[in-house]
Order: sequence, then structure tokens, then C-alpha cells
Amino acid sequence: MSGPGGFEAYDGHAGFEGRYGSGFEGRKETDEFDGPDGTGGFGDSGEFDDSEGFGNSGDSGGFGDSDGFGDSEGFGNSRDSGGHGDSDQFGDSDDFGDSEDFGDFGGPDEPVAGNGRGGDRERPPRIPMPRASVEDSGLPLPRLDDLPPVPLVLPHDVLKSLLGAWALAACSAAETAAVEEHLGTCGACAEEALRLRGAVGLLHQPESLDLDPTLRTRVLDGCLDRRPPRIPVPGWAAPYDAESARLDALLQDFGDAEWHAPVRLRWFEGNGTMSRRTTVAGVIAHLLSVDGLVAVALGLEDPLGDPEAEGARGSAARTEAFWRASRFPPTRSVRVPWREQSHHLVRTVSFTGGSTGALAVPYGDFTLPLHDAMLDRAFECWVHAEDIAEAVDYPYEPPAPRHLNRMIDLAARMLPAVLAARRREGLAAPGAARHLVPAGTPGRTLRLEIEGSGGGEWLIPLDSPGAAGSADHEVAHVALDGVEFCRLAAGHVSPQEAAAGQGGDREAIRDVLFAAASLSRM
Amino acid sequence: MTQKDAPPRWDRKMQQRLARGEAAALGELYDRFASLVHGLAHRVLGDERAADGITREVFAHVWEHPDAYDPKQGPLRSWVAALTHRLAVQRLRATETAALCLDESGPGSAEELERKVRHASVAARADYIVHSMPTPLRAALELAYFQRRDYRQTAADLGVTEDEARRRLRLGLQLLSTAHDTGAPPGYGGAV
Repeated sequence: MSGPGGFEAYDGHAGFEGRYGSGFEGRKETDEFDGPDGTGGFGDSGEFDDSEGFGNSGDSGGFGDSDGFGDSEGFGNSRDSGGHGDSDQFGDSDDFGDSEDFGDFGGPDEPVAGNGRGGDRERPPRIPMPRASVEDSGLPLPRLDDLPPVPLVLPHDVLKSLLGAWALAACSAAETAAVEEHLGTCGACAEEALRLRGAVGLLHQPESLDLDPTLRTRVLDGCLDRRPPRIPVPGWAAPYDAESARLDALLQDFGDAEWHAPVRLRWFEGNGTMSRRTTVAGVIAHLLSVDGLVAVALGLEDPLGDPEAEGARGSAARTEAFWRASRFPPTRSVRVPWREQSHHLVRTVSFTGGSTGALAVPYGDFTLPLHDAMLDRAFECWVHAEDIAEAVDYPYEPPAPRHLNRMIDLAARMLPAVLAARRREGLAAPGAARHLVPAGTPGRTLRLEIEGSGGGEWLIPLDSPGAAGSADHEVAHVALDGVEFCRLAAGHVSPQEAAAGQGGDREAIRDVLFAAASLSRM
Repeated sequence: MTQKDAPPRWDRKMQQRLARGEAAALGELYDRFASLVHGLAHRVLGDERAADGITREVFAHVWEHPDAYDPKQGPLRSWVAALTHRLAVQRLRATETAALCLDESGPGSAEELERKVRHASVAARADYIVHSMPTPLRAALELAYFQRRDYRQTAADLGVTEDEARRRLRLGLQLLSTAHDTGAPPGYGGAV
């Protein structure tokens, strides 16, 4: 929750606060943040210097009298000569550095430190007698370090401006001493100091920023039960809605180190694993570019500009074009456009889903119906979220079972076509020669049994994409865990390594496992 | 989180979409405000499951009564925060009162309850203020308090002058200190 949104939020704060009847006149200052683009006003450092809310903070009497401050007794054993260094350089910084020592000062009427007035009578004359300059004496100049300690004398404005840093124990020892000296004589500053010190106590490290990722579904389902939506999110778009929200939550607290963490994208092509190096931000750019295929099909804006999109049809080509088009590697700034596009997709398919279900989304060398394209994007979103989680060493759970089931179903339905394509390329055993079947009639079948939540059974026709799977014609049986099957289909596990129970025609099993891996792409 | 669409336009459109019964709008509302709602509820109640419960109630309330929010009265964000605060404090009172009845404590217990409610309210308001203050102020406070940087280091880290760093720290704390101000009885429009 950072970025310009803070301004909007701040505005919100005033509304929130206003109901309480604030003693602090924050509203005046709030207006300074209300620039039209949410960023105006802040740069002007003069705007806030006057804390009207704290009343009469004008110069307190007595400050002008240098006697009160000229007496170094009032500062104790401060050896500071300039007060411009880091507090670490003062041997006696403990005397002042630890803010707790002053936590209980009694308020405006109770001075925290004597200002040394009592010693006036004993003092030497204030105006020193003229003396010869060292420069004229021919003697070596004293080193600066050897100068006697000069207590820090600061104008009232500066002391007042130091109150925040003082309350946070974030000024030098000498400044701390000067502020505390001042608090004894200036009621307005003492009052503000007390207030700011109290505010420090309200700061605390947020305990847990991570929301339970399953809470979103539970909350939304609960709402929709109580008031059924007039415009629901279609069931086939729900996995994409859920997966993009989960990934966005993962990205929530990423710092620059995480955004630039290296990620290796892996997929399966032909008979081997391919990979491409990028970063976490590069992965989000990849999702943005490829989700853009669906956006374009729906008539939404293409995240790739016209020139980049020209000639880049498939997912890899679009991603490479997107990466090439920006002069610098992708940064965290890619998150907002990705998230906005994902929200727009869900919203648009909710309105048009019924009529555009048959709309074909072109992926370059193949097309998918909109329903399946949204499932495909949900699957990719999860797979790449896992890549990202692995890169930054975060845990990441599989999708909800009912969503996982739809993703597996899509993969199972795509297998026959991929199998046929591999056959044409000579990568799979020729099926037609053995048992040619007309479209729609049953042919040799592999039974794919997916275990675990989200699982089920699918009959995969082996001879042609048009054939119907049939239990009577089963020649082989493969059993896999659902998440393992998805890793295979994502190209993250090789067909040889996939932990699959199997029985029957070994060649058919090999061909189907390789076809499953070939579903993956960059 | 998408923040390009600055309110009140976003707020107004969101309300219209919720009123129209658009489930996708509810999802976007959740994505924008869930961490705020859950965080505030957790601050008041100090319990994960209770905070989950309040989060459910808040979104259900907005979904069922989208017209309860009037964009003219202020940003949706502060309205949602106020609603969360109210429901969380209600829950705190209910659970604490139930506990009181059980253990038959002395007459000081009611005061104890009020003290606890007040404390939780201030803490939740403080969270909200920190959460909502302009980023430059929050960044300065974070460096000075959590990273224990002095104001000169804070200035260097932020690339601003030392004057500016002092100003931000002071202003940030001034804003935060308003969490203690409860001129009216705690709550929103006396609803607590």
C-alpha cells in the first residue's frame, strides 16, 4: 500500500478523523495534499512548518537571553562543539541519547533542566576583553578538536523543527540537550513534545501483513450467498479471478530485491526442457503480455503498443517483444498494469461471457475458445506464481480443488490434439496406421486418473482428436497426483521423471506423458 | 493494487457497480480494502479468527447495502475504515461483556472494559493514520523509528534536506498524535 495512493488515503484519514472531533487542526494541512493528481503540494517544505494545532508556539520569552544558554552547566558534561556530527561521536551520548531518560518529564510547567540563571552573579563579564588574534601571534593555530566545548545554541524555529526527531530519539546528543533545555522554558514546545512523544508509543511493527489467501473466496462466497449477483463472474473465469488475486497478494510486500530476483522460466519443447532467464518483474511482464491476447480478443486495450504487437502473435513472441520494447528491464511498475488488466478481463467476461463464450482467442499457432483461454491464463498465473514464490523462497499453495479440477480438465481435453501434432512431427508413434477411426466413434483410449483434491478420471482418445474416448477400448492407464500432473503440463517436471503409476501399452503412456509436457510453452 | 483511478471517481463507480450487483466489483473492492479491514479489525480484537469474521461482515455489509455509502461524505476508504472500526468495537464489547458476566468481577470491571475499548480504538486509529498518511511522511517515520536512523541519515536515505527530514518526522508524529483525540465519544456518529 504505497505510492500515490497514500494521498487518497490521507484524505480518507481526515474524513475518518473528522468524526472524532480532532483537537489537532489537521484539516488545514490535509488540504495541502489534495493536489489534483494526488502528488501536488507536498514538495513545498514550507507548508507545514507552522503547527497551528499546537497553539501559541511563538518565541517563548527568555530565549533571546543568551545567558540562559551560554552557561554550559545547564548541559551537563556535553563535549559537543558543533552538534553537526553523528551522535556516536560523543563519548557521553548516553546521557542524552537514550530517550527513555526523558520519557517522564513533567510537562510544560516543570522544567527538565535548570537553565543556569542562578549562577549569574558569579559569572565573569559577558563581553570578553579584546585580545590579540591567534593568527597575528605567529603561533600555530589550535586544532579544532582542542577547542573548549561550546554548547549548542539554536534558534527557536530550529528547536521547534527538531521536536519530531527528538521524540523519536533521532537527533544528535547536543541537539537533544538543546531541545530539552528549551522545553523547560517554552510551554508551547513542551506541550507539543509531550504529544509527539505520546505518538511515538503508537508506532509499532505490523504483526502480520499476510492475509490468509483462502479468506478472499470465503468472504466473497459469503457475500454472494446473502445477495446473489445480477452479473456473476462466470465459473470458467473464477479460477483466473482467484489466481490473479493470489499472485497479487504474494507481490504485496515485495521490495526491490524481490522484484529483481532471478527467475528461470522453464517449458518443454520437442523432447527436451527449454528455459529462459528473467526476473520476478519480467515474469509479471510476461503474464501481462500474454493475458493481453485475451484482452485484444475482447476488444480491450493491448498492453503491447501497436508497433510491438505487430507480427508478435504467440505467447513467447509477445513476451520477447514486450521485454524488447522497454529500454530498461521490467520493474515493480509492471504490477499495476498487470493487475488492472486482470481486473478488466474478469469484469468484461462477466458482462459478455454468455454471448462470447465461443469467441476464439488466437495464440499464434493455435486458438482457444474464450472459456478455455481464461482457464489457460489461470493455469499460467498459478504456474508463474510458483516460479516467483520459489525465486524468493515463499511458500505457495496449489489452487482451490474446484479450480484445479477445471485446469486439469482443460489439459486433458487438449491432449488428443497435441498428441496428433506430435505424431505429425514424428515425435509420437503413428497411431492411425494401427487403428483408424472415423470422427466421433470410439477408439483406443488411455485412462488418465488424477488423484488428490481436484482430481478425477479422463478418457483420452489416442488415435485422433476427433475420436471419442471409451472405457471399452482402454489400452493403458496412468495415475498421477493432480499437482504433479500440472507440473508436468507446465514443463516443470519431465515426462521421464513424472511420478506416475502406469499399466498397459507403454508406448501409448509415453506418448501421452510427452504430449502433456508439450502443453507447456514459455 | 491499482491506484491510478483516483477517487472520488473510483469510489463513485465502485458504488454504482456494487449497486448493479456486479460480482467482479465485489472482488475488486476486496482486493483494494481487505488488508486495511483485516488489519484494523485485528488491531482492535487481537485475534486472527475474529478479524476474519469482521472482514466477512464488513464486505457483506457493503455488498448488501451499497447505498449506505454516500460519496459526497468522503472517500469510500474512510467509510470502510469507519464501518470496520464500528463492527470491531461492537464485537469487542460483546465478547468482553460476556467474559465479565462469567467471572463476576467487582464494580471496576465496567471501567476496565471502557479502558480496553478506548485503548483498542486509539490503536486502530493510529494504524489507520499511519496506513493512510502521505508516503513521504510514512517513509521518514519508518526509517527513524523502525530502522533507528537519526534524522540526518533519514534525510540522506530519502534524498531530502535535513530541514525536510525534521519537518516530515514532526508532521508525521503530529498526525499520528491525533489518534488520541476523541472529542466525541469513540466511534462514528455515536454508533459504537
